[in-house]
Amino acid sequence: MIIDPVTLIVALITVATPVLLAAIGELVVEKSGVLNLGVEGMMIMGAVCGFIAAHESGSPTLAFVAGMAGGAALSVIFAVLTQLLMANQVASGLALTLFGLGLAALLGVGYPGQPIPDVAKPLPEAIREIEVIGPILFSHDLVTYLAIALVVAVWLVLTRTRAGLILRAVGESHDAAHALGYKVVRIRFLAILFGGACAGLGGAFLSVIRVENWVEGMTAGAGWIALALVVFASWKPWRVLLGAWLFGGIAALQLRLQAAEVGVPVALLDASPYLVTIVVLVVISSDRRRASMNAPAALGRIFHASS
Amino acid sequence: MIRLEKRPQPSRGWVIGGPILAVALTMVAGGVMFALLGSDPVEAMRIIFWDPLFSERFASYSRPQLLVKAGPLILIAVGLSLGFRAGIWNIGAEGQYIVGALFGAAFGLAFYPSESALIFPGMVLAGLLGGVLWAMIPALLKVYARTNEILVSLLLVYVAEAMLASAATGWLRNPEGSGFPGSRNLSRHPGTDNPELIAGTGMHWGVLAAFVAVIAAYVLMQRHVLGYQIRLSGEAPRAARFGGVNPARLVLLCMGISGALAGAAGLFEVSGPAGQITIDFNAGYGFTAIIVAFLGRLNPLGILLAGLLLALTFIGGELAQLMLGLPAPSIQAFQGMLLFFLLAIDVLANYRVKWGREAAA
Amino acid sequence: MTALLEIEGLTKAYPGVVANDDVSFAIQPGEVHALLGENGAGKSTLVKMIYGLVKPDRGAMRLNGAAYAPAEPRAARGAGVAMVFQHFSLFEALSVAENVALGMETPPKPRDLARQIREVSETYGLPLDPDRMVGDLSAGERQRVEIIRCLLQDPKLLIMDEPTSVLTPQEVEILFHTLRKLSAEGTAILYISHKLEEIRALCDAATILRLGKKVGECTPREVTAAHMAELMVGKSLSAPARDASKPGEVLLHVAGLSVTPASPFGTPLREVALEVRAGEVLGIGGVAGNGQDELLAALSGETLVAPGAITLKGAPVGALGPNARRALGLLCAPEERLGHAAAPDMSLTENAVLTARIRKGLDRSGFVDWGKAKGFAEEIIARFDVRTPGPGVAARALSGGNLQKYVIGREILQAPTVLVVNQPTWGVDASAAAAIRQALLDLAQGGAAVIVISQDLDELLEISDRFCALNEGRLSAPRPARGLTMEQIGLMLGGAHDMHEVVA
Repeated sequence: MIIDPVTLIVALITVATPVLLAAIGELVVEKSGVLNLGVEGMMIMGAVCGFIAAHESGSPTLAFVAGMAGGAALSVIFAVLTQLLMANQVASGLALTLFGLGLAALLGVGYPGQPIPDVAKPLPEAIREIEVIGPILFSHDLVTYLAIALVVAVWLVLTRTRAGLILRAVGESHDAAHALGYKVVRIRFLAILFGGACAGLGGAFLSVIRVENWVEGMTAGAGWIALALVVFASWKPWRVLLGAWLFGGIAALQLRLQAAEVGVPVALLDASPYLVTIVVLVVISSDRRRASMNAPAALGRIFHASS
Repeated sequence: MIRLEKRPQPSRGWVIGGPILAVALTMVAGGVMFALLGSDPVEAMRIIFWDPLFSERFASYSRPQLLVKAGPLILIAVGLSLGFRAGIWNIGAEGQYIVGALFGAAFGLAFYPSESALIFPGMVLAGLLGGVLWAMIPALLKVYARTNEILVSLLLVYVAEAMLASAATGWLRNPEGSGFPGSRNLSRHPGTDNPELIAGTGMHWGVLAAFVAVIAAYVLMQRHVLGYQIRLSGEAPRAARFGGVNPARLVLLCMGISGALAGAAGLFEVSGPAGQITIDFNAGYGFTAIIVAFLGRLNPLGILLAGLLLALTFIGGELAQLMLGLPAPSIQAFQGMLLFFLLAIDVLANYRVKWGREAAA
Repeated sequence: MTALLEIEGLTKAYPGVVANDDVSFAIQPGEVHALLGENGAGKSTLVKMIYGLVKPDRGAMRLNGAAYAPAEPRAARGAGVAMVFQHFSLFEALSVAENVALGMETPPKPRDLARQIREVSETYGLPLDPDRMVGDLSAGERQRVEIIRCLLQDPKLLIMDEPTSVLTPQEVEILFHTLRKLSAEGTAILYISHKLEEIRALCDAATILRLGKKVGECTPREVTAAHMAELMVGKSLSAPARDASKPGEVLLHVAGLSVTPASPFGTPLREVALEVRAGEVLGIGGVAGNGQDELLAALSGETLVAPGAITLKGAPVGALGPNARRALGLLCAPEERLGHAAAPDMSLTENAVLTARIRKGLDRSGFVDWGKAKGFAEEIIARFDVRTPGPGVAARALSGGNLQKYVIGREILQAPTVLVVNQPTWGVDASAAAAIRQALLDLAQGGAAVIVISQDLDELLEISDRFCALNEGRLSAPRPARGLTMEQIGLMLGGAHDMHEVVA
């Protein structure tokens, strides 16, 4: 069987969207100097909250708002632990993922297989059906376009605005930022909330649009891949987009190869998105200079204003 | 207003009292959660924490389960704690656990139907080796390519799960299993089984290994130069280098030990309580062990107690599921909460809380 | 004339220490006012209160006659108070212009800001390229970033915290030139220092602090440095004593030592060569960030180099790690006490094991002998007069001077063949500093070779036999320390970086 490149590209953009959303949120968090390893937990909370809201209210808009709220709510726990109580960020992030997976499963009891409304495509059918470019460019969901717009917005804010400059400064040296009178904790708190909302939206996209169902553990490591993408992208928004599509491409391709029953073992195909992510991480990290140039210098360090 | 003031050195009282307070607070918060789910919180707590050990109806079944569940948790957590102490984050113990079980089971099944007494020791070695090999991937990548070990070890869990699925449905499938997924049963075959050593206690070789690991780790951390270097690297990496610690060697060592113990835990599980390789053979011990390690303050003796406590929540949780119809995931959320409270309370060990405003000018 | 800033009875206490006790003084408009005191006298706390970083427990301030109680630095800046920090509040991975913008309330558009930076830097003789990354700048250039950031806001009061500690003598002259010009234009300057000659050269008035209390004020031009020193220290200190001795055999020999830095903003070492003989103290001067840390890491074994690049008593040690070098007698004490020379959260006993395990035999077949380690820690505490309740105390609970005495003592009591120390008295009070210098001299007297890397030129001239300078990773040829003038040293340190075209 020959794989149709157009449907593959359409699929990869859809598959990439949840990871892209989570990664761009985490990029902002890390730029502020905070490492939140709870992305997986926040995503799955977004997935379950989005799905429940979609089923109960019938409104896709509410579903996405609920997804963002779910992710953000979970991120508040992380923000309180790491910013106010100065807990270790690695441990707190892991705790967030473990707790999020449990809580989401708990909230979602009874929801698997429940009906949810279809989400209308934003662009008219006539445009969507143009040969080749129609499906590739115009057939996507609003959230997909939103995700790409978010990449552009984050890039603009980080490089062109004072707010972005302050965020980067806080991530570079919290002590210097504090000495200049910037509210390190407040800025980081807000960044963490933003990251939570993005991850939540990504999760809601996964359950409400891509899978159209709630399944326990359905994020299946997408949050961890989002974290890897941020490293892969050297903390640059555009490269997050590139990385997400690369990942989406592998994931979409392997599903098609499985369906086509080519001679490759299924286990290897199943594992391929994770393996490729690891390989890419290795390639990026081994270039010492490039890897360390853009990393926020204060990433993961605990800030305590002693004076 | 509340202010935090750094203590000149960590408070010993809080280091020990913190986990106890965290457990108490988790019980309160968990009670609220169970009440919201429509169960009587007091009854839920009794069923989770008391009945498995002391009720006449359940204790005979549940008590041995305590060691069965705590064994792998403690074994894995002790290994993880060494790395965590040194700032080396092996998050993928779940994957090493799976690979250890696969290696061990494959070794045992390769000699099937031999009943030689050498097979089980060989399986243990194969399990250790499998865990070490799987942990060496993130370790070597960290040392030679500076790749983040958190992400790699975690991503490898999903790869290991894919291997597990292919083993259960393909290369390790029971040829006499009429096509059902799953390997031959190891625990019911002399030579490959990991039996209960003392009847009615749940004690098997893996539990024994866990106790040995606790003692060995305790001696290592308190007395041995390597333990000193591990602590030093975690607290002040630059001072560790100055003190002659080779960071690469430490990464390989810590990842290797934690991988070996996780692999061994997987082997003991597959040849004992679980009995066979199945698609969903891994029960999340590798992740729960992270909670155990932190709850035990990365201290071997603490981990022993924390492992028993978490095992109790597993058993009690199952019981609560049976008796009160509490959803199974609620216990996972409960365990997550425990870790949150512990992390939050940690602040008290390192900082003094001051009430009142700083006097304004 | 009303005072620009009046301070009345400012008091600030931290647990266990009163940082400022009832301090009062006034600064006139256009005045260069010195705040003089030893390390730990409370100067930093006082200026942090003026700049709104710390709230006083008691007391009041008035700016231009109006009550002044800044809740945060932003408020202070709004009121016309600007500050140049001792440890710069700069962001290495951001450009000069971005750093300047971060310190301003309402920065102009990037293009206008770049133009303004160029203008101000030309007006005040502080050349600076707004597009350069701060991490690539020398310490002196970084200070210019801070100063220009302040000047762009037309401050009425400019606070400078130990500004000359990172400058070469020539750069100090340029800075003074700038400050005098500012003062002539009506900007008051609060100048914090413990260097008496500088204060005599620059300041119109001085307030002297000791142990948090104001102990005097004077007009620096009218009094002797000795008078101010007495007020500052409270007792006269004797200069370290030493007998002249003939240097012995070469103990440490370094040749062709080149190292590429591991971090993006590190300094490469280029073809460093040196040798030290038994009984000799070699002083290595240089402004911060010119390769001091890298040199120490190469000597300690934290950075490995070609085997023959470093030889100890003729044996190649360049490829050996820290402990192998220690075993042979090459010992080091790095600059950063907390986190490098000592683990902050570990006890003094545990910190004794950090470097002394091998030479002092603090382990047996892989197991640490904690009893013996405690004994050694107690010996250091007793011999070097370390003020602490006991060896069980965490390193970070000690004051800077006491911890430094502990760290230096730990190496000296291991009877090194060669000892390399970096900034041995940085941030240490005068009596501890004197004790440390004497201990280093005594060590050399006993036949060891000592290398002292320091940014304190007075210290180096006082204790070195020979002096060389580290500048951008290159080490100058050594010269006898006796008879060197500040002028000569300044030129050895590289003069004024990038200033050739501007100096009038």
